[in-house]
Formats: sequence, C-alpha cells, structure tokens
Amino acid sequence: MSTALTKAPTPELHRLTLPNGLRVLLAPDRASPVVGVAVHVDVGFRSEPVGRTGFAHLFEHLMFQGSESLEKLAHFRHVQGSGGTFNGSTHQDYTDYFEVLPTAALERALFLEADRLRAPRLTEENLRNQIDVVKEEIRLNVLNRPYGGFPWILLPPVLYDTFPNAHNGYGDFTDLEQASLDDAAAFFDTYYAPGNALVTVAGDFETDDALAMVDKHFGDIPARPTPIRPSFAEPPPPGERRHTEPDALAPLPALALGYRVADPTADLDSYLAQTLLASTLADGEASRLQQRLVHGDGIVTDISASCGLLGPLDARDPDTFTITAMHPPEVAADQVLTAIDEELGRLATDGPDAAELARHTARWSSAFYGEQDRLMHRMLALGSRELLYGRAELVAELPQRLAAVKPEQVAAAAAAAHEGGRAVLVIEPSADNKAEAQQ
Amino acid sequence: MTATTTSGHRSAGQIGRTEAGPRPLPPLATFLGAPVPDVVDATVSSGLRVLAVRRPTVPMVELRLRVPFADSDPAHTAQAELLSSAMLTGTQRRSRVELDNELATVGADLGVGVDPERLGVYGSALADGLPTMLDVLADVLTSAAYPPAEVDRERERLVERITVTRAQPRVIAREALQRRRYGDHPISREIPTGAEVEAVTQEQLRALHAGAVVPAGSTLVLVGDLDPEAVIGQVEQALQGWSTDHPATELDEPPLVRGDDLLLVHRPGAVQSQLRLSAAAMPRSDERYPAFQLANMVLGGYFSSRLVENLREDKGYTYSAYSAVEFMRNSGSLLVEADTATDVTAAALWEMRYELGRLGLVPPTTDEVDSARRYAIGSLLISLDSQAGLAGTLSALTSAGLDVEWLRRHPERLAAVTTEEVAAVAAEFFAPTAFTGVVVADVDATGERLRALGGVVGPESS
Repeated sequence: MSTALTKAPTPELHRLTLPNGLRVLLAPDRASPVVGVAVHVDVGFRSEPVGRTGFAHLFEHLMFQGSESLEKLAHFRHVQGSGGTFNGSTHQDYTDYFEVLPTAALERALFLEADRLRAPRLTEENLRNQIDVVKEEIRLNVLNRPYGGFPWILLPPVLYDTFPNAHNGYGDFTDLEQASLDDAAAFFDTYYAPGNALVTVAGDFETDDALAMVDKHFGDIPARPTPIRPSFAEPPPPGERRHTEPDALAPLPALALGYRVADPTADLDSYLAQTLLASTLADGEASRLQQRLVHGDGIVTDISASCGLLGPLDARDPDTFTITAMHPPEVAADQVLTAIDEELGRLATDGPDAAELARHTARWSSAFYGEQDRLMHRMLALGSRELLYGRAELVAELPQRLAAVKPEQVAAAAAAAHEGGRAVLVIEPSADNKAEAQQ
Repeated sequence: MTATTTSGHRSAGQIGRTEAGPRPLPPLATFLGAPVPDVVDATVSSGLRVLAVRRPTVPMVELRLRVPFADSDPAHTAQAELLSSAMLTGTQRRSRVELDNELATVGADLGVGVDPERLGVYGSALADGLPTMLDVLADVLTSAAYPPAEVDRERERLVERITVTRAQPRVIAREALQRRRYGDHPISREIPTGAEVEAVTQEQLRALHAGAVVPAGSTLVLVGDLDPEAVIGQVEQALQGWSTDHPATELDEPPLVRGDDLLLVHRPGAVQSQLRLSAAAMPRSDERYPAFQLANMVLGGYFSSRLVENLREDKGYTYSAYSAVEFMRNSGSLLVEADTATDVTAAALWEMRYELGRLGLVPPTTDEVDSARRYAIGSLLISLDSQAGLAGTLSALTSAGLDVEWLRRHPERLAAVTTEEVAAVAAEFFAPTAFTGVVVADVDATGERLRALGGVVGPESS
C-alpha cells in the first residue's frame, strides 16, 4: 500500500497565458491516441443575477447553438463526425465545455471551442428553443420524480442567506421564461472574456504543436475587461435551521444535513480533513454511520456524506458538507439526527483510529487513480482545479496530501460540525398533495 | 467590433460577427487506428474463463465477474435480488465489517448486482492489493454465510429501496415496457415486489448460492497494472475452492419483439410523459449488425441524429431522445425513447413515428452514414481509454460469445458498410409497424390526443 501511494503518476503540465489573457494548460500523455479539449469559464450559477435564476446553465446550452463559422447543429456534428464526444456543465463557480476525440481531430476541436468563445451565434429562436429544452431537463431531473433536487437545490436555501449561495441553480420556470437575448449578450460580454477562461488540452499531442494550434485559433480573440470576482462569503448560521419540504412523489421520508466547510483555497488541510470525515462517517460498510444507523439501530435505509455540494474540490468558498439519509416513516427525523450527533460527538472526542483512517485514505487513492485513468475525467479535474485554486497539480498530490491528514485533524473537523451551526432539511412524503408536485 | 449598446455591452448581433468573418473548418489529420490490447484468455480447471489484460496506466486493477444466473421460477427474482444484497454481509471466516475493512486496506471495493440474465461482481483495487481482493472474492464465492441477522436487515432495506425505485417514472415505464414486449418471459422480471422479498428465507439464499453461483460458464475479467500470464495462475490458486459439477444457467432467449399498439399507462398528475418504443434488433454477431448499428445511430444513437435534431433542437419537446440496442446472448431489441412535457406528448410521439418511417423512406445519406461511422469508430476507441472501460467492454462482449478479435476487426467492418446496406436495414427493421411500446402519462391530460393518432390502447384498469 505504501508503495502504491508513492508511484502516483505525476502529469506533465505546461502553462502559458496568451496576450488576450486566456490561460492555457497543456497536459500531454501519449498513452492512448485520444485527445481532450476543455474550456473552463470562471462563472457559475452563483454569479447569475437576481430574477435570472438558472441563467448560467441556460447560457451554457446557448453556447452549443452555433457561432460565427458554425451553423446551429454544426458543433455537435463536427465533434461527433470526427469520432468524438462532447458535453458541458454548470457548477457553482464555473462552467465547462469539452470534447474528447481521436488524436487526428485535435485542431478541429480547438477551432470549434475558439469559434464560440470568440463569436457565439445568439438568436431569439435558439434562446426560445433552449428554454424549452432546459424546462424538459428540469421536469426530468426535478419536477416529475421523487426527491428531485435533493439535496443540491433544496438544502442551500436552508443553510445560506444570500442570493448567490441560496438560490436554485437550475432556475425557476418564471425566471427562465423571462430570459432575453439582451441578457445573454450582457452575460457573454461580461463573463466570457478570454481573460476569464482557461483552455485545457490533455492527451496525445506534441506540446509545441498544440501550443501553435491554440495560439492560431484563440490568439486573435480580442481582450476584454475581466470581471472582478465578488466574494460570496457569508457567516455560517449560528445554530440549527430547519425546513420541511413536502414531496408528493416520495414514498419514504428523507433528510439532509448541511454544514459549512473550510475554504479549500486558504486552508486545504482542514478541507481535506473534512473530506476524510465524510468517508469515516459514511463510506463503506465499516463506516461509522453505516454501522450505527443502517445496521446497528436499523433506522435508515441508506446514508451518505459528501464534502462539497457537487463533490469534493469543485467550488470555492463557501461550500457545503452534506449528510443525506432515507428512512422508513416509522422512524422520526429526530431519532436519525440524535444518532448522527452521537457519532459525530464520539469522533470529535476520540477521533478515528489510525488504521481506520488509513483504510479511507487508501480508498481515496483508488478513486483518484480511477479519475486519472480516464482522459475526460483527468482533463476536467486538471482544468477545474487550475481554474478554482490555480493548482492543477492537486490532481496528483491529493493521495499524499490525504495520507498526511492526522486523526486529530479529523476529530477537529467532527467537533466543528458537532458544535457549529447547520441546516436540516426534512423531506416529507405528501402523496395526497398532488398540486405541490405539478408546480 | 467595439460598438456597444447603451447598456454597456455589445448586442447579440454584434457578438456573433467579427471583421474577419467566418473561418474554414480545419481538416482532420491522419486517423491512427485503435490499438486494442492483447488479452490472455484461459479457462481454469473449474471451468471459469479468465481474461487478463495488462494496462499499467495507473497502479490499479479492475475486476468484473459475470455469472449467468437465470431461472424460470418467478420466485427467483426476489431471491436473486436479496442474494446480491446480502452476499457481502459475512462468510464463514469474516463478518460484514471485516470484509469491508480488508478490502479498504488495499483501496478496494467490491459490489454485487443482478439482473434476469446474470449476477455480476464488480471491483477495483490498488494493484498491490490484487491478492487481497482475490482472497476476499474467493471467500465470498465459496463460503458466503448469509448470517440470519444480516439477511433480516438486508431484506428490510431491500423492501424499502424497492418502494423508492418503483416511484421513479423511468422505472414505472421500464416495468410496463418489459411486460408489453416480453410478456411473462423471465427477462421481464427485473424488480421483485416487496411481498416476494419478504417471503425469501436464509435457507433459500444459501441453496441458490450453492446451486447457481458457480464457475463453469462464468467469466472473470482483470484489467490493469498486472502480469497477465501470472495472474491466470493467481486466480486458479486463489479460487481453487470454487468448483461445481454443473455450469451456470443461461437465460432462455426471449421472444423477438413484435409490432403492436402502444399501451397507455396512467400516472395521475405527471408533468412529463415517458415514450418507450421497441422493436426487434439483431445481435452483434449478425453479419448485418454493422449496417444496423449505423442505421440506429442515424436515427437516434448519438446527439447528431434525426431524433435529437428534430425532437430537441428543432421542437424543444425533450431534453433527451435516443435509440439504442439492448443485447441478449443471441438476439437484440431496439429501444427508442424520450421524456416529454405532458402538453406535447402526442406531438412528440407523432414526430418519433415520423422519424421511424422516414428512416426507411428517405434513407440515410452518405454524409449521415459517414458521420455515424466515424463516431462509431471514434467512440469505440474512447471507450477503451481506461482500465474500467476496457474491463466492462470485454466482459460484455464475452457474455455475447464475442472476443477481442471481434473488437479489433470491428472498425474494418464499419468501414466496409455501404449506404445501400444501411438503407436496406433501415427499411426492414425500423418501420413504425415493427414497434410496440408504452406511454406513461397523465392520461386525463394526454389520452384524447394520443388516441387520435391511432395505434394506442389502454390504459388497463387496475
């Protein structure tokens, strides 16, 4: 095990910044004849304006609708017709666009990304079409299913007070329907400046060739002012805040706990201790909450914990530590909360033992290797960590950094959660209340 | 370029134009073939087939074990589900927690899943931990104990989870579709009822494990930072106690899907409907399969397809529309699906049928076929770009009676398909009359318009 930890493959990284401010990260790796191109833009749903919830995600859809050199549908056809796959996603603090293709299509992929970062084709027709598509996406993932948006949409408004942190990143239908073409133009001009973006190229290429191609296609995008990134900081809640949400489609009650996490930029070690706290609590049959609540007391069907609302190291400060559980109706939510608090208190007092912590560290090492082994995941991890923290190297360093976390640091993380403020979201099945589900 | 509106930013029209104007698309460089790795393929004395591949990109090993696990007894579904939930809860030597601790020490995870065709054990470990993972796997395969207290708890949890699963619209649609296209054939029994699970005993689990979790006819795939020749011996040694006098049970082939009316399923208050259409397809071993694969891609097998461009990008009726082949051992079924808002459900079904008809009547053009072909080859290459992807692909192919040579040769087969061959397959297999299926929807809101289209029956009163 210790030998495995020391032979982590360290990616070769090259960085530069083009005169227009665009940052470039190259991660060559000739293992397979596949390349990836990703553009990370430093804007996520926390930055969208009041009255325009869901706009960052809607705008992500618009960026696939054509650009100066590409008709609608052309982007998809050129990527897939080159043998590649593509996607995009909108997070709290960033939006990514990417494709993975056979090596032969590298220049084409750079051209496609550059064309839409330079001159996207924003039209009223495409806007209306994509509002419909996004509404279908929200019906699919939230409105027409049990536990829709649990906990990522429903928990933040309980834990946070300010609009950026608390609002629904998928958006309300009324806000989406009011989105205008001028909103889209303003959003693009403000946030999609080259100085606010990062291009990551990963996989099978020669560094000099890729640099020349990046410069050729992105280099003449005119510089624009880069927006000043606001702080989203707000104080943690002083005590417990509780909210009950009826769910007409849910057959079993569920609950989510939300805690604040350390700022990963300012205090990575505390953040990693919280990451290991999540594992110690709920990762695997031998974890504390699984043993106690699932098997010992038999009061929850399933339980999980996560450091980061959308996963670990995926946002800047503030971010959320979550514990979620589903339980039978005979069990009261407070019974579940009491058992969780007792286990947090026990960890805060005694900490995990060293062997227990080493087991969780080993599982994390496996997870990081798994992430690095697939080009798409490796590229997106490099790009997001470079954009958020200026440290793509974190991708390779994490196994060792986690292995260095001491039991007392995890105990301190447990103590902070045990004693600090938190949000409690209770999902209450309300099958007789159909109107709630239809919105 | 620098003109701004009074609001301080450029207009949408200004943003979409530059002085230089549109630019030409760069050509593709020379395409290099997909290197498919060497596979060591051996059958050990128990009858277990072992495939091992060296791919040392990260210090990990991926493991996939597939045991054919069919049974025509309707009680089997519940027993198989509970068996898979309880398999890792204790052996003669180790408790549930000890099993998990031992795996975690080497960064390993094991999981068990089951469907009407097979039982799967999936795992990964740090490369140094392969002996430990094999030791734990052997312990589970040869002496899973199904401790009564653990079985009782897993039974309760499974009943609760089934309740939650059955509340999902996609599961409601899936169960209705399986019954509609396969009737009572065991392949339609994917999820047991809570009552069926309640009735399963510890003795039944132990008997099922002893009789059906067997090596002969099963396949173990190992991919990663390993020595493939040596690993065969390691497996033989570690799993030597796993033996039996009979092979694992394959599922009888289900009947070919036949065209029929769509069955309406009422889901009161639903804000979105599930359209699920299905027809007979063909197995990957069929010589016309490459043409079929390309025809399916043009219809809805990838984003740049007729279904997506019509239903999503033109009409905005759906977030995702697609068509895919589900493979059985010697046959296949085509599945065409979309979820659409209640008020456009009938219109979306109309467009879906239109595209099915059009695929035969206005067959895929050379451009459409070429694009699908390049995507099929490229995405195959990309799917092999990880230990986990390669392990999963090899495991799936092996269960269909295919091997790595099939994979190696597939790009050539795709390259040889003609537009005429795609057109012939499209006309024969994708005709609207070849399809049956279900529509799960609020029938009070959608039924009248759906029935007006014809070819729709139900809902059955319950």
